[in-house]
Amino acid sequence: MAKEIKAGCARPTGGPVGETGKEEPAKDQGVIREVRSMIRVGKKAPDFTAPAYHGGKFVGVQLSEYLGKWVVLCFYPGDFTFV
Amino acid sequence: MSIDSVFVHKMWNDHELSKMVKGGVPFAMLSDTGGKVGTIYGVYDEDAGVETRGRFIIDPDGIVQGFEVLTPPVGRNVNETFRQIQAFQLVRQSQGTEATPSGWRPGKMTLKPGPDLVGKVWEVWKTDMAFD
Repeated sequence: MAKEIKAGCARPTGGPVGETGKEEPAKDQGVIREVRSMIRVGKKAPDFTAPAYHGGKFVGVQLSEYLGKWVVLCFYPGDFTFV
Repeated sequence: MSIDSVFVHKMWNDHELSKMVKGGVPFAMLSDTGGKVGTIYGVYDEDAGVETRGRFIIDPDGIVQGFEVLTPPVGRNVNETFRQIQAFQLVRQSQGTEATPSGWRPGKMTLKPGPDLVGKVWEVWKTDMAFD
């Protein structure tokens, strides 16, 4: 599932896969406004890749690899912060 | 997932979290340096340069069933996350024939929406049940 990443000097990075959710500015009755799509319940979770530390290894994770399982995705402010 | 690198994740796990949880963190600690993923999930705070406390429940079809976002100083209630997952799993297993009323937890009654239940919820479900 998750592929191991070789640790080098560069920090591994990931990011959105496919549709990023950012849409082109939409023309609405002559007025141009920026449309930013938000996460909505009942809609697909945007796919992404991300490097991870898991079980003593550095691995690459992609959300879509977890199709068929329940996933809890948690964001938090930072390592070594208090809560 | 946070904006920290995988190297910092390793240090935090090995030097602090493994002292709280035997064997360390059992799941993947994801890195989102730059906040690109947090941005599409609406939880990246550009001003502070960190992610806020977002939690997303994603079902086996990749559909977001629920989310909660808190500002950094307040921690989550993990038991509430478990309760919600159990409720979503029950609803999924029933193929939408059952629904979980307020205050539901495993073992408590569910509702079976249909013509007979319209206007009759008060007969089968009491407000006390939201708090017991």
